[in-house]
Amino acid sequence: MLQLGSIYALIALGYTMVYGVLQMINFAHGDIFMLGAFMCFFSLTVLKTSLGQTLLISMFGAALLGVMTERFAYRPLRYAPKVSAIITALGVGMFLENFTLALSPYPKHIPSVFNGKQLVMGGLTMSSLQVLTIVLAVGLMIVLDIIVFKTKLGMALRAISSDAAIVPLMGISVNKVVSMTFAIGAGLGGAAGTLYAIAYPVIDPYMGVMVGWKAFISAVIGGIGNIRGAMLGGFILGFVEVFAAVLLPSTYRDVVAFSLLMILLIYRPYGLLGRPKTLKV
Amino acid sequence: MSKGFFLPLVSVLLVSHLITAYGLLDSYVQLVLMYVGINIILSVSLNLINGYMGEFSVGHAGFMAIGAYTSAILTVRMFPDALAPWLFPIAVVAAGVVTAIVGALLAIPSFKTRGDYLAIVTLAFGMIVKSVLENMDSLGAARGFLGISKYTNLTWVVFWAMAAVWMVRNFIYSSFGRGVLSVREDEIAASAAGVNTRQVKLFAFTLSSFFAGVAGALYAHLLMFINPKMFDLTKSTEMLIMVYLGGIGSIGGSIVGAMIYTVLLELLRPLGIWRMVLMPIMLVLLMILRPRGIMGLSEFRWLIPSVGVSSKGAKIVQDDAVGD
Repeated sequence: MLQLGSIYALIALGYTMVYGVLQMINFAHGDIFMLGAFMCFFSLTVLKTSLGQTLLISMFGAALLGVMTERFAYRPLRYAPKVSAIITALGVGMFLENFTLALSPYPKHIPSVFNGKQLVMGGLTMSSLQVLTIVLAVGLMIVLDIIVFKTKLGMALRAISSDAAIVPLMGISVNKVVSMTFAIGAGLGGAAGTLYAIAYPVIDPYMGVMVGWKAFISAVIGGIGNIRGAMLGGFILGFVEVFAAVLLPSTYRDVVAFSLLMILLIYRPYGLLGRPKTLKV
Repeated sequence: MSKGFFLPLVSVLLVSHLITAYGLLDSYVQLVLMYVGINIILSVSLNLINGYMGEFSVGHAGFMAIGAYTSAILTVRMFPDALAPWLFPIAVVAAGVVTAIVGALLAIPSFKTRGDYLAIVTLAFGMIVKSVLENMDSLGAARGFLGISKYTNLTWVVFWAMAAVWMVRNFIYSSFGRGVLSVREDEIAASAAGVNTRQVKLFAFTLSSFFAGVAGALYAHLLMFINPKMFDLTKSTEMLIMVYLGGIGSIGGSIVGAMIYTVLLELLRPLGIWRMVLMPIMLVLLMILRPRGIMGLSEFRWLIPSVGVSSKGAKIVQDDAVGD
């Protein structure tokens, strides 16, 4: 529950950061997550790395990929109509999926890294894997929170999201900040991919689609563009999904998640932590 | 409809009927043409919401699914077997009507939310439809709905494609339809100027979903087999690509987009899986080189009614446009 939630939250951060800076939904983000999982597979089986190295490799690889998609696909469209950027993002996502599919047509099985040790805390039983996932995810989120709220880069990032027009006039290189945003967002997506692949060891090129959308929902629940909101939204969605699976047949999981989203959007269109934008006429 | 329009339409319909009746074309070519027709219906109807009204709907495949399942239930379960081929048109219309009702319901959230958030509502709608269908055992659940007869032929596809183009065009160029464009340009200004934006949105969603339902019905009776997975997000993405490839806010663009996309996919079939790698690359390049799509807010002259403002809103097209 917390495990799934923390993975959603990590991916949601990528959506929300890009949205905050560019007001663009990066539909390819779910596929970056998928590639993170594939990089995890690659480094575990081919390079035979340890878990820590694997995590670093897939985070770094995903970050590189994120920066590249931004540089070659989104940057030329920075000042184009917003829909063309969205369509481009859909295109990039399709490209990543199908390219992976062309290279690896069969689902891959991740070798297990953990022996199923059980930890008992109070009345709760958790596997060490779950604990590790949650600790890592929360750790990454704390690091991100520090970056965003305590460093100069974070200040520039927040400045762009509050007023994109004025920032270049203050001598801040928007391109650099956008690249960094994509690097951080995609890196977190890659980390999520690794954690997910270890927890649910069968990976295929389309796994990013559903998980990506769910993460996107989390970002919206929390209020898209709001970084702490994305974390909250991820945990809420993970919680709701697991509870829905307990109470109803598990095939209803998606219905419940999406219905929740629709109800929330009708009553609170700007998310839980988002602020409603007043429209000036 | 202007007089100059009537003759070409009837002759196209007649030709397509002859092709169907006497098998003048290779059946594979016919099949591709039918896909093109169905895709034209889909992209024209989606363009009404995404292009003309300026919203971003990602749930069109959901509408299509509702239409497909409604018509399949009617022809397979409800109608007596002997009469089913004759009642097929009724099934198509009924599919459209049921879908339109659902579409009208989905218009309600659009009163309050716009832009990205409405996009997510439509996305969620599409996912809910798919998940619900997957859970309905009486409809075959995830295994799909079997035993549909093949009633769709080229004539019906051409008829409905023309109907869709004609209705959407007349709606857009009517004074009520102008409201749709005003919602896209500036909703607040539109309502200040006396446009009933809720009514406009309701109507646009209803019309658009009606044709999506029709397309779903035709699709179901062409493939003779449907399952919920066919109507997932990939399908919606496909429709979006056709609309934006052709150009938003342009019926001609939707037609061109649907044609190019469908035919290109068929032509690239020998490449196997790599065609699905090539397609998105071409899409991204197109967006970078021509962000507004092929037609981008402009329109074929024959699609513009004799007297009216062009979709750019700037120049008045005189009555020689269609050759009345």
